[in-house]
Amino acid sequence: MGSKVTTMKEAVADLVRDGDTVAIEGFTHLICFAAGHEIIRQRRRDLTLARMTPDVIYDQMIGAGVAKKLIFSWLGNPGVGSLHTVRRRIEDHDPEPLEIEEYSHFGMVCRYVAGASNLPFFPIRSYYESDIPSVNQNIRTMVSPYEDGTEVAVVPPLRPDVTVVACQRATEEGDAQIWGLLGCQKEAAFAAERVIVVCEELVDESVVRRDPNRTIIPGVVVDAVVEQPFSCHPSFAQGYYDRDNAFYLKWDEVARTPESFEAWLKEWVYDLETHADYLEKMGADHWESLKPEPAMSGEVNYGRYA
Amino acid sequence: MSPDADLGYSKNEIMIAASARGLAGVRNCFVGVGLPNIVCNLAQRTVAPELQLVYESGVFGARPERLPLSIGDPTLVSGSTAVTSMFELFAYYLQAGLIDVAFLGGAQIDRHGNLNTTVIGDYAKPKVRLPGSGGACEIAIHARRILVIMRQAQRSFVDKLHFRTSPGHSGDPDHDRARGWWGSGPTSVVTDLGTYGFDEETGEMTLRTMHPGVTLDQVRESMGWDPRVADDLGETPPPTEDELRLIREELDPAGTYTK
Repeated sequence: MGSKVTTMKEAVADLVRDGDTVAIEGFTHLICFAAGHEIIRQRRRDLTLARMTPDVIYDQMIGAGVAKKLIFSWLGNPGVGSLHTVRRRIEDHDPEPLEIEEYSHFGMVCRYVAGASNLPFFPIRSYYESDIPSVNQNIRTMVSPYEDGTEVAVVPPLRPDVTVVACQRATEEGDAQIWGLLGCQKEAAFAAERVIVVCEELVDESVVRRDPNRTIIPGVVVDAVVEQPFSCHPSFAQGYYDRDNAFYLKWDEVARTPESFEAWLKEWVYDLETHADYLEKMGADHWESLKPEPAMSGEVNYGRYA
Repeated sequence: MSPDADLGYSKNEIMIAASARGLAGVRNCFVGVGLPNIVCNLAQRTVAPELQLVYESGVFGARPERLPLSIGDPTLVSGSTAVTSMFELFAYYLQAGLIDVAFLGGAQIDRHGNLNTTVIGDYAKPKVRLPGSGGACEIAIHARRILVIMRQAQRSFVDKLHFRTSPGHSGDPDHDRARGWWGSGPTSVVTDLGTYGFDEETGEMTLRTMHPGVTLDQVRESMGWDPRVADDLGETPPPTEDELRLIREELDPAGTYTK
């Protein structure tokens, strides 16, 4: 396989199309804000956005008008409160309604699992005596065909047109390694038609081959690789930089009115060319302040079997 | 909330202490951010030294070195026993019955411990769009016991939920036993006014203790139905000096959740 290394601008231009279903996953960890910003800058429209936990990045994207629909299981600013922009669209249809399709976390994970495994549905023990299935016809029930006759809920596969996976390190071919919270990155990537890997750093293939257990996605399912440090800010990359909690708190104020939201979007997305400009604008001191003290894992012996 | 001058502790502090005592002897506990996180860390240092902190973000056996500000804080990963994918966490840990206790809360709770975290008002065009289920729906079904921590008010302790996100008791114990779930549903609710259990016969929330200085009238005025009251209604023991010291000096020195 050859190198798939490209820029965020080119990756989004080539792989994300109007009307696509797009998943930028990551459970608080490794949420690729830089990809979301580029999709906003390129003014994609009518996207269906999928994510277990639409947080600030989807508040930004939905407020910017890229999406007509949201598929999710928890909608909020984690540890802070509401997503005001998304709420305006759902509660006030301001500036227009947003179609929603909601699940529980386990239901959402298993939609990706079904998509990644080429299964027609996935059974789970959930939704019993909950009102969620009454507002989502995609959640159905079936009785086990085996003797126990257990009734289970089933969810259909979710196959995004594009999944964006942020990771700590990747090779030029897209072999991606993650440590720390894994979310459902692997499932969302294998379920997708096209995959963009965004890494904190490109590494030589030998680095990956020394520690293959840490590989979450092999390059064979990856279409583009973008090296972009701090691509997840204000989310975090374990070992590289901390979550910028102050930003999440500030977002609560920024998103409260359409005016302050639009001003933020202009200043921090539209008026910048690339994520590198965003890093420069926020200032080197800020990035330094988010770096944790190192805490190295021990090494394991894989053994050499020549 | 500043400590009450007469009592020497805040409402959140007595909620934390009362909840932590409910974890005596517990092993695997699904933790939420905010008060439940402090409750679990306090219990680990007092009544439940074997407590394993489990987070739906995929962490088992967390040892946070700082107060986590979200359930996905990197401090939960470093030094933990295991980090799992979310599929594994929900399938192998929760659905398979490994979780002894979980904390849930919501915008609305009814007398049977059903919870609403989805909408206030009509679903299609809600007055307030809330976060939704997250893992709560399956946590309510699979965790062996559910503990609820919520502030009490007319608008949150309601006669009828606007939406049932997570199931509690049905009101018919025979039905509940026949459900075949791991979970026995909510077993206690701790509020800023008192603590509740659930009646064996009716599955109905029952006032067991009131916090010092709280009156029955206050409790009744802060909920949307007339609550059952235990025959042996008592007073919640106030936080001990040791509990207060741990909360203030170790667990939340900045007072983020406890002031």
